[in-house]
Amino acid sequence: MTPLRVLLVAAGGMLGTAARLGLTVTVPAGQVDWPVLTANVAGALLLGILTARMPAGDLRIFLGTGVLGAFTTYSALAVGSVTLWQSAPLLAAGYAAGSVLLGLAAAALGLRMGRPRPRDARNGAR
Amino acid sequence: MTPLVLLLAAAAGGAGAAARYVLDVWIGRLAGTRFPWGVFVINLTGSFLLGLVIGALPTAAAFVVGSGFLGGYTTFSTAMVDTIALWRDGERPASVFHAGGMLVLGVLAAAAGLVLGAAL
Repeated sequence: MTPLRVLLVAAGGMLGTAARLGLTVTVPAGQVDWPVLTANVAGALLLGILTARMPAGDLRIFLGTGVLGAFTTYSALAVGSVTLWQSAPLLAAGYAAGSVLLGLAAAALGLRMGRPRPRDARNGAR
Repeated sequence: MTPLVLLLAAAAGGAGAAARYVLDVWIGRLAGTRFPWGVFVINLTGSFLLGLVIGALPTAAAFVVGSGFLGGYTTFSTAMVDTIALWRDGERPASVFHAGGMLVLGVLAAAAGLVLGAAL
């Protein structure tokens, strides 16, 4: 942890938050908080790809911890589940559990997609 | 939401992300375990505080602090990738607790925050 990295995370976090808020004002939220669900699942997929593909360093801290860390959010998921529970408990349980299951599937898929492919054997032999 | 409120919320999100980064590194050093306690603690405290803020603050302030700062402070993507990493490392019970325990405790923390915030 260096002062530069803290600044990189802050700058990335500002961009990620702006993108999430952009979704909040453009994607209509019904009973389920679709903008937050969209940001969370997309962000989990992208962080999976980034984690598998990019070596640890300043750029990954900026993009992963900063941009994608702030693009996705947990507090809105937790509070959204509780407020939805008061009107539709079953839907609330589905939103909470569904978010995590979709998020895990997206992260696993991203880690797989980002994995560098082994070099083609024929090319290697040439 | 006015453009100014949106801008303030985005800046607050940057501050929240920086706070998460510093706290995560600090908790990680303190705990010294393979289990990622940093983001776990961050997501629980952030869920509690968002409930509190929604109940206690007026709309625009709640948006800047809640959707902005606490939205950037808490994170979902890292929690998901870390859960998969624990599972792949053979730490199966820790992986299940990391995802399931965080969700159950996070929802309880949010509920406690909402109740307390409404009472303030």
